[in-house]
Amino acid sequence: MIYLELFWSFFQIGLFSVGGGYAAMPIIEHQVVELHSWMTMQEFVDIITISQMTPGPIAVNSATFVGIQIAGLPGAIIATLGCIFPSCIIVLTLAWVYSRYRNLSVVQGVLGGLRPAVVAMIASAGLSILVLSLWNGAAVSLNPADLDWVSLLLFVGALFALRRWKLNPIYAMLACGGIGLVLYLLIGA
Amino acid sequence: MKKDFAFYRKLFTSTFSLSAFTFGGGYVIIPLMRKKFVEQYHWIEEEEMLDLTAIAQSAPGAIAVNASILIGYRLAGLVGAMVTVVGTVLPPLIILSLISLAYTAFQSSLIVKLVLRGMQAGVAAVIADVTLSMGWDVLKGKKWLPILIMFASFLAAAVFHVNVMVIILICAVIGLLATLHDERNGKAGA
Repeated sequence: MIYLELFWSFFQIGLFSVGGGYAAMPIIEHQVVELHSWMTMQEFVDIITISQMTPGPIAVNSATFVGIQIAGLPGAIIATLGCIFPSCIIVLTLAWVYSRYRNLSVVQGVLGGLRPAVVAMIASAGLSILVLSLWNGAAVSLNPADLDWVSLLLFVGALFALRRWKLNPIYAMLACGGIGLVLYLLIGA
Repeated sequence: MKKDFAFYRKLFTSTFSLSAFTFGGGYVIIPLMRKKFVEQYHWIEEEEMLDLTAIAQSAPGAIAVNASILIGYRLAGLVGAMVTVVGTVLPPLIILSLISLAYTAFQSSLIVKLVLRGMQAGVAAVIADVTLSMGWDVLKGKKWLPILIMFASFLAAAVFHVNVMVIILICAVIGLLATLHDERNGKAGA
């Protein structure tokens, strides 16, 4: 029963990928490439690349991709459901606990310690995307020739528009995509 | 706020459009959600958004999915959670289904590559914008412990690449100990 196998396989991926994002990669590889041979290693690398270029969490993306290749659109939907099912159960439980006990001073204390850490981790994630973008995936270097000037221009321009005029973030990203395309084509990157 | 059809439609379209633009996955959706639900709609408070983020990060599964479940549940219970999770999962489901039909063409397209490269700079700017606002709030609080936690966690994550789960755990323990210490000294809260 292929649907059941897909569901169970992605259920495990959803359950064990703590920390999100790239933490899920080795688990997906184990399930999809090694255990079930639903994909070759090359296809798996391709799906990672595509995941980086498209919206959505990597686990959901690979669930859709694998599901559709193995069992068409129903397969994609079932694999995706399997993947988010553990989250739904666990997170809903936590949400309930939070709404019930959030005013306890002990819980407030724990959350008070976590809030500044969350700010820091968002900053850290932002920094790594910025570095990736400014040096186009290469190592950080101080040589101006290695810097992606178009990307720097887009970053500064977008940040200014966001802070000064409170531009909608989605428009900021779309504008960067459009202006980036034109500039990169002009300079022949 | 009234939980009528218009509310659920707004909830669905918000999560759908946010999810459609979370390139790079993970934390990228958090700044977007904060902008939408905290700044624009005023449905959720700033502090609560940070709490929900911490919970989303600590639970297994994709952060985007977890955060949308938490926000949906917070705003409208189980039905809300179902609306937001469907809204979050649909865009990647649709997009990946289309791409899997023609993925060699997609992968080798120069135009796609360049647009995405430009958008990456935009994503970095969006996160920088939100980080500045949130970091400023922590500094404005003028309490040394949260400020210390913020800078130490940033160093640990960005420079020393410490596992995020470890950072979360340590900060939770620090927060807990600080509260217990304050309470023993007869002060309420941290």
